[in-house]
Amino acid sequence: MQESEFSFELDGTDLPFEPGQSIMEAATQAGVYIPHLCHHPDLRRNGSCKLCTVKVNGRFGSACALPAQAGCTVESNTSELQEMRRQIVQMLFVEGNHYCPFCEKSGNCQLQVVAYHVGMVDMHFPPFNTARQLDASHREMLLDRDRCIQCARCVRASQDLDKKNIFGLAGRGMNIRLVVNSDSGLLGDTDFSSADHAAQVCPTGALIRKDQAYPCPIGSRLYDTPISQHTIRQDARHD
Amino acid sequence: MTKPTIATCSLAGCFGCHMSLLDIDERIVDLVQLVQFDRSPLTDIKHCSEQGVDIGLIEGALCNAENIHTLREFRRRCRILVAVGTCAISGGVPALRNRIPVEECLNEAYLQGQGIDQPQIPNDVELPLLMDKVYPVHEVVHIDYSLPGCPPPADAFWSLLTALLEGREPSLDYPLRRFD
Amino acid sequence: MHAMNYQRINQILDDHGRNPLRLVQILIGIQAECGGIPASVRDYISKALAVPLAQVHGVVAFYHFLSPEIQGQYRIYVADNIIDRMHGNQEVMATLLQELQAERGKPRADGQVFIDYTSCTGLCDQGPALLINSRALTHVTPDRAKEIAERINAGEPLNNWPSHWFQVEESPRVAGPVLASQFEPGRGLQAALEMGPAQYLKEVERAGLRGRGGAGFRTAIKWRVSRDAPGKTHYVICNADEGEPGTFKDRALLTRDADAMFEGMTLAGLVIGAEKGFLYLRGEYTYLYSQLVATLARRRAEHLLGKNILGREFNFDVEIHLGAGAYVAGEESALIESLEGKCAVPRPRPPFTATHGYLGQPTVCNNVETFVKTALIAQNGADWFLECGTRYSPGSKLLSVSGDVARPGIYEYPFGTSVQTVLEACGARETQAVQIGGPSGTCITPNEFDRAICYEDLSTGGSFMVFNRSRDMLSVVQNFIHFFADESCGFCTPCRVGTQLMRRAIDKIVAGKAGARELKEIEHAAKCTRAMSHCGLGQTATKPFLDTLDRLRPQYEARLSNLDFVPNFDLDQSLSKTRALSQRDDPHAHLPQTGEACDARI
Repeated sequence: MQESEFSFELDGTDLPFEPGQSIMEAATQAGVYIPHLCHHPDLRRNGSCKLCTVKVNGRFGSACALPAQAGCTVESNTSELQEMRRQIVQMLFVEGNHYCPFCEKSGNCQLQVVAYHVGMVDMHFPPFNTARQLDASHREMLLDRDRCIQCARCVRASQDLDKKNIFGLAGRGMNIRLVVNSDSGLLGDTDFSSADHAAQVCPTGALIRKDQAYPCPIGSRLYDTPISQHTIRQDARHD
Repeated sequence: MTKPTIATCSLAGCFGCHMSLLDIDERIVDLVQLVQFDRSPLTDIKHCSEQGVDIGLIEGALCNAENIHTLREFRRRCRILVAVGTCAISGGVPALRNRIPVEECLNEAYLQGQGIDQPQIPNDVELPLLMDKVYPVHEVVHIDYSLPGCPPPADAFWSLLTALLEGREPSLDYPLRRFD
Repeated sequence: MHAMNYQRINQILDDHGRNPLRLVQILIGIQAECGGIPASVRDYISKALAVPLAQVHGVVAFYHFLSPEIQGQYRIYVADNIIDRMHGNQEVMATLLQELQAERGKPRADGQVFIDYTSCTGLCDQGPALLINSRALTHVTPDRAKEIAERINAGEPLNNWPSHWFQVEESPRVAGPVLASQFEPGRGLQAALEMGPAQYLKEVERAGLRGRGGAGFRTAIKWRVSRDAPGKTHYVICNADEGEPGTFKDRALLTRDADAMFEGMTLAGLVIGAEKGFLYLRGEYTYLYSQLVATLARRRAEHLLGKNILGREFNFDVEIHLGAGAYVAGEESALIESLEGKCAVPRPRPPFTATHGYLGQPTVCNNVETFVKTALIAQNGADWFLECGTRYSPGSKLLSVSGDVARPGIYEYPFGTSVQTVLEACGARETQAVQIGGPSGTCITPNEFDRAICYEDLSTGGSFMVFNRSRDMLSVVQNFIHFFADESCGFCTPCRVGTQLMRRAIDKIVAGKAGARELKEIEHAAKCTRAMSHCGLGQTATKPFLDTLDRLRPQYEARLSNLDFVPNFDLDQSLSKTRALSQRDDPHAHLPQTGEACDARI
């Protein structure tokens, strides 16, 4: 019975896990994709996007935050959850100003690929049309808050990995915004560099290199093929 | 038995979606066998027939008063209305101007911009007024289905139309589901 | 321009030991002193405390009662719970705006006056209520509003205003075992010290006491888990962030039973081995701060607090932290974030507060009423406690009754009491619905009035709002939905965006512009928000809508539009700018919003 001592059931399949691993980590290790945006394997957990919501023994919870527990039953790829995840992605789309046709990140964007994955075809909800500040002050990097989904990946990477603490989230409710830790509030007035970890982790085109434009042609972009065809671990680490 | 009718229509867009529809290549012949085209820029018929059509495809975003009238008339005459392409679904490229107040847009285009000869904001009653922002179509009418893409791939049109004609719920395979 | 008084700001910083953990407290002090926290001050604080500027910005932007701009000498917040509305708060607001020549939500041109709505201030039994510079005014009529405006326009300091304007009455309508108890400071503590902490914990366990904030977790288990959790230091927190609209029973307890509450906290310290406790007092109750500080001082003098309590080797003291207007801070992990000087954003769980709370250390966090009861259990014994209540909900519950009743106020009843009994006691007539436990609780209609108030049936933190048949329940729901949309902290997607979508939808429904399809769709989104939200706020934010949709669906259906679809924005308004710029007003320069030509389908 040693095998079941450290295993749980995910969508009917037994998955092994190492003690202390989250459901997300165990699934990723086993090559099973659970949709996510704020989770990143190199960063401390956050649990804000809620895309990775699964049902553990019948109760909703975030796969990135909940520890895997022996013998528990986890549902992820069910029509109920995929339908709700689709609504979550649609919420992110109407909240921000996400226009794929003129975004350099298109094809390599995790927001977009999660939308594809959960079968989103429209925004469904009324768009908020909120004006957000664009920050082009930095030499190498552009900060386009229209595309920001408040996942705090850059905040965590800059704090924990780069030890620079360049970003923060400020405000409340729908007014929450990514802010920059400088007197002027501008990225150009910080020691941020395109070599920072924080410059690599944005899942969308919110924090993007200025000098690359469209780096690869349509057809050979990362997400021109379905996400299940990638090795999940590589995908999870992708910028 | 009469053939199902299809109409297409364009608002603020680039006609790229219509081009993509034509890109179904020789299957256009199959399509014509299956359906009767009603109002469409392709047929140059300007209004849907009084008795209405079965399927309407609408491309483009809402950017002026005329777009609103066109969309509402089209909605009224289509039993199933499909929003086609990013502009219709989210505002798309025309919505680039949403970052800029409409006064500034007009100012730049007609008053202060380079090379302007007789600065004046046009006021002919024939000209439709611009709205303050560019809106997606689902803000103004009910939309039954959406076909995303800029433009949607030709195969996506084929997949959606054949499903609707056969009475199936449309569902796009991954390669046909794209926002750019 | 206001010259900032940096001498005073330095004084405030020094008063708080320039401790970054006290950032929220420092900013509250500066807000009160300077009437706002402008950019220059935020920079100054950031450098003085070595706290990232983004955190200072974040905190100022997060809490309702902190402001990034100078709001002026008089900061007025009119309570806007549905009960205050029923009492006529909108007339009060209109009068104030008119007489003060101010615009809501914006500092007046002279920079002296700021006025806005805020959510429930815990005075629904004495409304309409408002707060001026953190002091509460009750029973405010439009006439009183005029007098208030006169004094403000004359620049008269609050201390010169008639004191009866600020009177908050505390007289329970029905007293049960707790309110009728004679509490003798120190007696319970003495008893617990004599029997020993382990034995006392057994008494609490035997009493079967469950958390009175509404969640109903067993107090003894919480304490035991925390006691047994490894950690350098243990902490006790009393959650006095009574933010659920319609509740005010903690206000009453903080006013008349603070001694018992502090004794309950001290007992918790004794059991879990903590030397430090925090009372987190909601910003709306700032007017209670000085008397609470005085109670603490008296208890220290009586050796009931501080070093060597009652001559034993037991040290425990309490520090009071203020909230600054954030409903979500009532969630215990969010409260702890606020105690640590941050935005009140709920933490991911696990780990739980009992093992990883304040500064990551084992922490017990209980409601005011719970601590009062643990003190009374120490004094009177578990048997006294068990004299009333039900098997799974022993003891009594304090209810805050307000709305369409003859006698609003505090009612203490044994658990298991029916809603009908309470309605009869408070003089409710022609009742259409009762909202039990506040907007996040349950809305019930007459055929359920025989249901019982207890954890196994209608669980409640104490809010009990009554609506008679003259009330439009959809407006009630609208008020609650707006409340949640305003209070969502913005951390997680489903709550941040979902509550906004709900707000738009309920506004469209109430305006009679939504169709049946839209009602169905928003029900769908409401269920997603309920299932996927990070904390209780989002999980319950759509409950007022879903509960009433379940029980009062005909009221929704009667409001639905028969049109195919009414546009989500004002079409004609969307042309107004270009219409003006092109100087046109011809028929083609306008758009109809609805009408047969637009909406009838073939």
